[in-house]
Amino acid sequence: MLRVENVSKDWKEFRIRDANFEVKKGEYFVILGPSGAGKTLLLEIIAGIFIPDSGRVFVEGVDVTFLPPEKRNLAYIPQNYALFPHMKVYDNIAYGLKLKKVPKNEIEKRVKEIAEILGISHLLHRKPKTLSGGEAQRVAIARALVLEPSLILLDEPFANLDVQTRARLIQEMKRWRKELSFTALHVTHSFEEAVSLGDRVGVMLNGRLIQTGEVREVFSKPKNEEVARFLGFENIIEGIAEGRVLRANGISIELPGEFKGKLRIGIRPEDIVISSEPIKTSARNEFKAKVLAVEDLGSLVRLTLGIGGIELRAFITRSSLVEMGIEEGSEVYLSFKATAIHVF
Amino acid sequence: MRDYVTWFFALLGTFLVLYILLPLAVIIGKQLFDWEMLVETLHDGLVLEALKNSLLTSTAAMLISLLFGVPLGYVLARKDFVGKSFVQAVVDVPIVIPHSVVGIMLLVTFSNKILDSYLGIIMAMLFVSAPFTINAARDGFLAVDEKLEHVARTLGASKLKAFLTVSLPIAMPSILSGAIMTWARAISEVGAILIVAYYPKTAQVLVMEYFNNYGLRASRPISVILVLLSLGIFVVLRWLVGRSRNA
Repeated sequence: MLRVENVSKDWKEFRIRDANFEVKKGEYFVILGPSGAGKTLLLEIIAGIFIPDSGRVFVEGVDVTFLPPEKRNLAYIPQNYALFPHMKVYDNIAYGLKLKKVPKNEIEKRVKEIAEILGISHLLHRKPKTLSGGEAQRVAIARALVLEPSLILLDEPFANLDVQTRARLIQEMKRWRKELSFTALHVTHSFEEAVSLGDRVGVMLNGRLIQTGEVREVFSKPKNEEVARFLGFENIIEGIAEGRVLRANGISIELPGEFKGKLRIGIRPEDIVISSEPIKTSARNEFKAKVLAVEDLGSLVRLTLGIGGIELRAFITRSSLVEMGIEEGSEVYLSFKATAIHVF
Repeated sequence: MRDYVTWFFALLGTFLVLYILLPLAVIIGKQLFDWEMLVETLHDGLVLEALKNSLLTSTAAMLISLLFGVPLGYVLARKDFVGKSFVQAVVDVPIVIPHSVVGIMLLVTFSNKILDSYLGIIMAMLFVSAPFTINAARDGFLAVDEKLEHVARTLGASKLKAFLTVSLPIAMPSILSGAIMTWARAISEVGAILIVAYYPKTAQVLVMEYFNNYGLRASRPISVILVLLSLGIFVVLRWLVGRSRNA
């Protein structure tokens, strides 16, 4: 679908170095990186607003590196949404269809359809400046999706929203994907958005796309210290939820609430408790684990623990390590509270 | 506590407001007591012809400034290029040159081709009034987020289409305000016109001629008519633009 090959670009204080990645049809690809990493510039190169200094961009096998934006069949949603202030919401959404000379009644049908799905039917007659942040974002997404582009490019779509609106939009985004099955490239600095929405992620630091892969793989096997530090050593587990239980690779984990279907959860390494004997408590998830690796981080030690096919990371102090006599290959018990689990 | 500073500033500011309003009120007031002369002037063919000339030439100057000034304003707002500050300075030059000198310069450059013609009047007006449209267009386009154009492009608009459907409509109130200023500046121009084109007679020049030949009382009625006409049109246009800006 989208293939970016060796793209480099310097522009103002931003730079991109040898970006290489691919987004497959129907996939939701997230580029995760801190602000200033060059994420927006990369998106604008793909959109055709900038031409890279070197490298190539392909959309559906066609080299679009030097094509103008209007010839690429992509839709770009910038961070500030960029709704046209002089048009009503309806005309904002209909803009691209009108340019394509779609018949008027067909435009009306498609605008109403997409507005219905995104829950903005009641806003169609309003001007953009009267909308809240969340409403404006829905309109921006509708304006892009109504054209059924081969790819939508989202730049920090939820960054300017309050926590609640953001959480709701993330959940709805999953639903819209199921209903409309579009392909998306989403750039963000938010860990949560990447894990919640991404099929695959790319980690971008200082203009370089350092690691790309399945969400769980990138989080569990950071390529280097830089990536690991940026990701915050989070443990991500994928499995199938049934009520309050998540089954993943042969183990059962108690969840903080009722869920159903495929689910991703996260546990911070500092929330994992290590002991040499089982702790007698019912409120905890407790597993027998094998120590796969011991890494000295100074006063703290990072353990890589294996439970069945799952690897988790945890911290203990150097003195506890000595006290419990832990070394590579030894068996320990790890536990964490159900309430320490973050469900994405 | 009372805000003495603001009150004091308001008092000082009032001076200028009164200074502008007083002569306006006086000349209109005096003319009302000389109704007969006003009516007579309104039936004077020479006066009507001059008013028509003034309105037509200033409107033409405004339209020409829009045709060339809007594209220039867009370039100045969007592009950085070598010599941009020079271009920007050139645009502001007409404001610092005395208008009689403008007339001399135009006459030296274009000589007989523009002497005593409508073209001469329009060119003199355009020279002194175009900066208002250019600067207003530039400011209008500067206020349009470039991202809007980018989004329009990805939604399928060509560069020109994005300009026409997004940037231009959003900048329009600002451009129109500039155009009104251009029109107002054009119809109030005398110095350059006096030198380039004494004929065809414009109302501004006619006022001077009546004053020189027949004195203050004779020149007053045309002055009043000219003031009311240009002020009236100015106010109505400003009101229309203000309304579209709030819509």
